[in-house]
Amino acid sequence: MNVGIPIEIVDSEQRVAATPKNVQRLIKQGFQVLVQAGAGIKANYSDTEYQEAGAEILKDSASLYSKADIVLKVQPFQNEEIPLLRKEQVSLSYLYPAQNLELLESLAKQGVNAIAMDAIPRISRAQKMDVLSSMANIAGYRSVIEAANHFGRFLNGQITAAGKVNPAKVLVIGAGVAGLAAIGTARSLGAIVRAFDTRAEVAEQIESMGAEFLTVDIEEDGSTDSGYSKVMSPAFIEAEMALFLEQAKDVDIIITTAQIPGRNAPKLVLDYHVAAMKPGSVIVDLASSSGGNCVLTKHNEIYKTDNGVTIIGKLDQLPSQASQLYGNNLCHLLDDMGKGEDFAINMDDDVVKRAMVTHDGKVNWPPEPLPVSPTKKKVQLSEKETIDTAETKVESAASKTTRMLITLAIIAGLLYFLALFAPPEFMAHFTVFVLAVFVGWQVIWNVSHSLHTPLMAVTNAISGIIIIGGLLQVKSGLSNPMSILASIAILVACINIVGGFVVTRRMLNMFRK
Amino acid sequence: MISAPIQIASYLLASILFILSLGGLSSQESAKRGVLYGMIGMAIAILSTVLGESIEGHAYILIAIAIASVIGIFVARKVEMTSMPQLVAILHSFVGLAAVLVGYGSYIDPATAEIQGAEHTIHLVEVFIGVFIGAITFTGSIIAWGKLEGKIRSKPLIYPGRHIVNIVLVIISIFLCVLFCQAPGTDGLIYLIIMTAISSFIGIMLVMAIGGADMPVVVSMLNSYSGWAAAAAGFMLGNDLLIITGALVGSSGAILSIIMCEAMNRSFWSVIFGGFGNAPSGTAKAIEGEVTDVDHGHVADLLDAAKKVIIVPGYGMAVAKAQFPIREMVEYLRKEGKEVEFGIHPVAGRLPGHMNVLLAEANVPYDIVQEMDEINGDFDSTDIVLVIGANDIVNPGAEDDPASPIYGMPVLKVWNAKDVIVMKRSMATGYAGVQNPLFFNENTNMLYGDAKDSVTKIQQALVIS
Repeated sequence: MNVGIPIEIVDSEQRVAATPKNVQRLIKQGFQVLVQAGAGIKANYSDTEYQEAGAEILKDSASLYSKADIVLKVQPFQNEEIPLLRKEQVSLSYLYPAQNLELLESLAKQGVNAIAMDAIPRISRAQKMDVLSSMANIAGYRSVIEAANHFGRFLNGQITAAGKVNPAKVLVIGAGVAGLAAIGTARSLGAIVRAFDTRAEVAEQIESMGAEFLTVDIEEDGSTDSGYSKVMSPAFIEAEMALFLEQAKDVDIIITTAQIPGRNAPKLVLDYHVAAMKPGSVIVDLASSSGGNCVLTKHNEIYKTDNGVTIIGKLDQLPSQASQLYGNNLCHLLDDMGKGEDFAINMDDDVVKRAMVTHDGKVNWPPEPLPVSPTKKKVQLSEKETIDTAETKVESAASKTTRMLITLAIIAGLLYFLALFAPPEFMAHFTVFVLAVFVGWQVIWNVSHSLHTPLMAVTNAISGIIIIGGLLQVKSGLSNPMSILASIAILVACINIVGGFVVTRRMLNMFRK
Repeated sequence: MISAPIQIASYLLASILFILSLGGLSSQESAKRGVLYGMIGMAIAILSTVLGESIEGHAYILIAIAIASVIGIFVARKVEMTSMPQLVAILHSFVGLAAVLVGYGSYIDPATAEIQGAEHTIHLVEVFIGVFIGAITFTGSIIAWGKLEGKIRSKPLIYPGRHIVNIVLVIISIFLCVLFCQAPGTDGLIYLIIMTAISSFIGIMLVMAIGGADMPVVVSMLNSYSGWAAAAAGFMLGNDLLIITGALVGSSGAILSIIMCEAMNRSFWSVIFGGFGNAPSGTAKAIEGEVTDVDHGHVADLLDAAKKVIIVPGYGMAVAKAQFPIREMVEYLRKEGKEVEFGIHPVAGRLPGHMNVLLAEANVPYDIVQEMDEINGDFDSTDIVLVIGANDIVNPGAEDDPASPIYGMPVLKVWNAKDVIVMKRSMATGYAGVQNPLFFNENTNMLYGDAKDSVTKIQQALVIS
């Protein structure tokens, strides 16, 4: 099987569908790799590197397309490329099938089996092939770097010999892959990061990245089965806008990443938000290609507003890094489809049947929906958990009762045994003793931890009650040894009483609110 | 002169007042009232006894009480709050001594000889047990006092086979008890004396085997013993007031011991029988990272930048008497609008609740002094934690390293805060002899030196900046 990597003919595209590293991997997978001369130049990969990796370099695209069984590309095919494609050729690239039905039809006409990398379903198994995630990750990272570049101060707070620097405050709107990557990057540069998302479930992820989760006081969850967020109600949007206004006054950098599939990006940062921001602030709009989250964003442009806010609608792609990750995604997909030897198109496969937008001369779009509903599973799980814990509770209650009964039986036996020998007077005292222990037990547990030292001092004082023993034993006349013993007992016990009470009072007088 | 039924009624009243007194300690507000109840109860008990029908020798009683009151007031006024543990320990020993004396007195009382049959035997057993517990309390408390005062080295004294020796001694005592009960008249005195010597020895060895940081458990255990000794005296005298009061104090001490043991995640017996000997096998986790130290100015800068500060004091604060400069610093920080709280581990210090009393002494408001459970969730949102003279109670190994000897002990999770400053004299290990991985954390910095000194310097740096 030949895998062909042509030059990206779209001018602004700097990436290439596979890097030399990816080529090595493809060869290991059992493919022969053909690379058009100059394909990696814009992403800083030279032809020699490809050659060293084991690829065959072809001069022109015509021969590449005719030899390759599988074509790896980044951008959707342009009109001049379509005639070069042939029947049963497999292609992997971005296609934006929802917006590009005409393109799909012409590809189907050519008999191409085209896979749209941007249509890979978002299921766990396909995460490694999800180009949207890997590219969003890069965009998120780059958005912070770009913002820092245009922001005139440090992002981190510092205490230097020259004085104190406050950390920059960054607001990230939308905590998808790009948003989370932006949070992580901004945090690692030392900024204070806050993040907003309509989906309540991402709060935990946001906090795990070290940002503060902002929310509005309206109970509405924006999550959908597809994992993207839905359009929110007017009341929610109003509260959201108020929140953004409040934040716009405070933060230095806003990074917006909110996109809703198949629609224009929601307008989240309005003109009065921008007007409220401090001069020198930066807005990075990662949704600029689908219209922008900020009303003032100009696609592929970076400019300063009248009040000194820089709005960035154009991001460098980090072509080497992006190509590497994109290539990895493609390799993973080819891996899944059977590698070089057993390469086959399995239209029963959950991933392939959705991403393969043209097959056997027919357009295969839109795909059947694939509901991903992690929340539902969670609910079932927690129900099961409650049942489990309830069962164990019942069990432990039962075993506790048995244990209690056994203990009581033993105690009853011991008491009966004692009563066989002891005189009634002793039993009366014993009753008093046991009840007093119980009372003490109940009372002392209520004592506040902070008063444990006064508790010890006061119990010290009242255990001086043993003075009564001495009082009862004193006889008249010191010649009686009992009198001497008793007098000493009175003396020490009384020190206890007086000392204990006085020191307790002293301590308690020190406690104040 | 008051009649016996009235005396019993007054004893009942006194018992109720004692219970109310202990109950009053459930909050700071009611505590002072509680002490008042206790004093009234004690006054009623003593007066109704002295005015009873069969009391002789009023002169001696008055003299003894007068002398004792002077001593008691003098000591209680003078004692420093850092030496509270010592005072409590020595007061325990007095109760033990009194119990021994009352026991002897009761034995040589001619009235004892008049009791016949089973009642006589039971009475003698009561005397024997009372003296036994009393003597252990007496000597044990004196040793505890010596250790706390620094007169006896606080390292545990452990010799092989000491458990067997103790058991043999107890068996001998039981044997002596049998002989004692059989002896006619007061001939059994010699057995009583031998047993007193034996139990005194047990008391000494029991506390000698226990190290410095386990002192809170020992002191509360002795607190409990002094209660049981009083209860035993109550049995031998047939006096319900003594029995009730003794039982109250006994269970109070027992509960304190349990609380302390739980706070160290160790069973009561392992503390009493000494040492961290039964550490789980396996090698301790290797500690990664580097210990970094900082100067006072840096700490002041961090405090200046912080919004929320938590201070975790340990025994080191008590030793250095750093509570006063700490209070000044806290006052300053609070005036600057920062949230400052104290996190107190149950076994911090040498006495249950010791830290609270020290901070109260320095006029730290008690509503910013929090217990471990109340504050453990707050560290996440804290900018800086100052650990002052504490070690084992902030050891993350207790949470995540099953090989650590203190694994499972509840600790203050200071490492969740953004920055941790540990004020210590040196890198020495704490009482448990365990290295503390906290010190090696990236967000932990050490500030070496005397706690009082360090806090004063930080305070100066704060005021300047």
